[in-house]
Amino acid sequence: MQIPINEINQIINREAMGDGSLIGALEEIQERYRYLPPEALILASERLGVPLSQAYSVATFYNAFSLKPKGKHCLTVCMGTACHVRGSPQVLDRLETKLGIHAGETSPNHLFTLETINCLGACALGPIVVTDGEYSGQMTTRKVDALLKSMMRAEAEI
Amino acid sequence: MNRLQSASEYQSWQASLAAAWDDTKPCVRICDGTGCRALGSQKVLASLREEIDKAHLDTPIEVVGTGCPGFCECGPLLTIYPQRISYQRLTAADAPEIVRQTLAGGSVIERLLYTDLQTGEHIRLEPDLPFYKRQRRQVLNFNGRVDPRRIEDYVALGGYKALAKVLTSMTPGQVIAEVKASGLRGRGGAGFLTGVKWELCRQNVETAGSGFVVCNADEGDPGAFMDRSVVEGNPHAVIEGMVIGAYAMGVHKGFVYIRTEYPLAVENLRKAICQAEAAGFLGTDILGSGFEFALSVRLGAGAFVCGEETALLASIEGRIGEPRPRPPYPAASGLWGMPTNINNVKSWAAVPIVIERGAEAYAGVGTSTSKGTMIFSVVGKINNTGLVEVPMGISLRELIFDIGGGIPNGREFKAAQIGGPSGGCIPAEHLDVPIDYESLTSLGAIMGSGGLVVADEDNCMVDFARYFMTFTQQESCGKCVPCRIGTKAMLATLERICAGQGQTGDVDYLLEMGDHIKRSSLCGLGQTAPNPVLSTLRYFRDEYDAHILDKRCPSKVCKGLITYSIIPETCTGCMVCLRNCTSNAVSGLKGEVHSIDAALCTRCGVCKNVCKFDAVLVC
Repeated sequence: MQIPINEINQIINREAMGDGSLIGALEEIQERYRYLPPEALILASERLGVPLSQAYSVATFYNAFSLKPKGKHCLTVCMGTACHVRGSPQVLDRLETKLGIHAGETSPNHLFTLETINCLGACALGPIVVTDGEYSGQMTTRKVDALLKSMMRAEAEI
Repeated sequence: MNRLQSASEYQSWQASLAAAWDDTKPCVRICDGTGCRALGSQKVLASLREEIDKAHLDTPIEVVGTGCPGFCECGPLLTIYPQRISYQRLTAADAPEIVRQTLAGGSVIERLLYTDLQTGEHIRLEPDLPFYKRQRRQVLNFNGRVDPRRIEDYVALGGYKALAKVLTSMTPGQVIAEVKASGLRGRGGAGFLTGVKWELCRQNVETAGSGFVVCNADEGDPGAFMDRSVVEGNPHAVIEGMVIGAYAMGVHKGFVYIRTEYPLAVENLRKAICQAEAAGFLGTDILGSGFEFALSVRLGAGAFVCGEETALLASIEGRIGEPRPRPPYPAASGLWGMPTNINNVKSWAAVPIVIERGAEAYAGVGTSTSKGTMIFSVVGKINNTGLVEVPMGISLRELIFDIGGGIPNGREFKAAQIGGPSGGCIPAEHLDVPIDYESLTSLGAIMGSGGLVVADEDNCMVDFARYFMTFTQQESCGKCVPCRIGTKAMLATLERICAGQGQTGDVDYLLEMGDHIKRSSLCGLGQTAPNPVLSTLRYFRDEYDAHILDKRCPSKVCKGLITYSIIPETCTGCMVCLRNCTSNAVSGLKGEVHSIDAALCTRCGVCKNVCKFDAVLVC
């Protein structure tokens, strides 16, 4: 993927004019591109006057940041306590088996990234799987199969 | 709108908004919080508006999206004013019927009402629902009533009255005295007296010349979502509390540190800050008093440790969220070395209530040492998942069985975990203990931020402890050795026990290691990390013994200790389990009894879930 240096520069400039927060700038870049390209860290450290080592330590410390590009679709399994007692480990298990990847990994064809999150705070719906921002609640292994099937079908049609 | 120049301008604006607020006017309020949105409330809202437009009703009916009223289990939720008819579990397809039957026709649709779990009766009105009936809503009072995106709604119901009162008729010292007298304790978990904390900070601000106030909205405890709900559903209460606190402590800059996992709360909060600035409740010369206060939002980036105050401050400063030793406490040296006061969302939101109603009235609710109300998120194996605000001192039994509606599917209650990964579990024998800071601590749990997860007989307490240890181990920032290595050692032991390789002496090792970690870790995360293990050991030692000595998981959860097999008498040979098994462990022909190859079986449980004949046995 071509790294849009100009856009990244704009984001960092805007942050530099405002609060000047390194984490704020990285969060915005992460949200836009769903990962932090190495160029973003270099530009942010130069513009915001922070050592590159600090930018790197921030980027690797917080769960919200990723240095690797993500797949086209993101599947996030909530691993909060309420989801855990209602069976989220089985749901994650099923997704891992079906996709052939572990949590935190992206499928070799770059279609799916499987992630876990500590708690979404929508505990009445547990276990929850979020697919590209859409919540699916009261998940079971069967519902996981159906969900994946419909995603793959939609992909095949494109 | 024009910026308010004085308290009297505010008062006349407030009076006109209050006069225009009419609960007897027909109005539909629908929950637009994260929980109900996830269940499709926005579609319901859109189609209701469309249907109302189409129906050309005699009286115009407004549809308002509100904050979360708390009854997440039955979402999407809707309340029809003025009667307060409560409809639940709605879909967009229900909208035409609601407009035709109830809004135009005046009759109630029975199938959309809540059904009482015990009596099976339909309950029509919101105040009569058992879930709400026993609650005492102060902090959550506006959730479900106001549109969090409209400052006018908050003001109409008396919002910012406390701020006007403080700025016109109270000195900073009087504000601190009032908060002290109310007995308000930090709702973030530790329970330190808020007024005392303010007083310490004020003294340091006087010497240092300036300082900061911070709102801790980094609600990382998995299973707790009340802070999100308050920020999302009533952000102005938090802002008002913070301005009052800033005035009392003499500081002019504040931050709200909020989880990035809560996008809607962040959106509503940012909107509210802009509105408060425009109206003159934030910025320079607030309500013409000469007092100045600016508020910024900082997003957390997904690190549980940032809920710890010194780690949170490091994160606001743009560094990684590593805690540092205390003292100095933030009240003496916080953000950029300046005196800083940090309070939880619920503490800030309680401040306007304390000021407006007076310390005495606030202290009239609760127990002798724990004043006011507490918000719990009651989740897990419970019928009525949701947010519950109750007076301090209520018993766990009332909370779980009367308000929470008990355990689903007739299962037996086993334990309630209070305080999340820092807390402990409380077993059935202590269900009647009144909940306050002291009683929970004496039972080995903590109040924490109010997360309450219910486990039933199907949950294994060793697995439960392992779950929390996995969590804290992953979230340990790695700065101090006891937490970084100690949690890893405890987790490895627990994993071995769950895998069926437990040894005699493991329990003693866990107790000893837990004690070391508690005593020698740098921050609250490490110091409390062993709690879930220690408290499950205290109350459920028999389950540990069963795993270690008998190689048996009594609740049939731990994969290393269970096997799946098929009951020949019940199996119909329908092949459903065979087709669903991803590890090809099931064999058999159509119409003939199947069997499971234990060597290939990964114990994922899919066969049991899909079997319609209950023919899969776990033992």
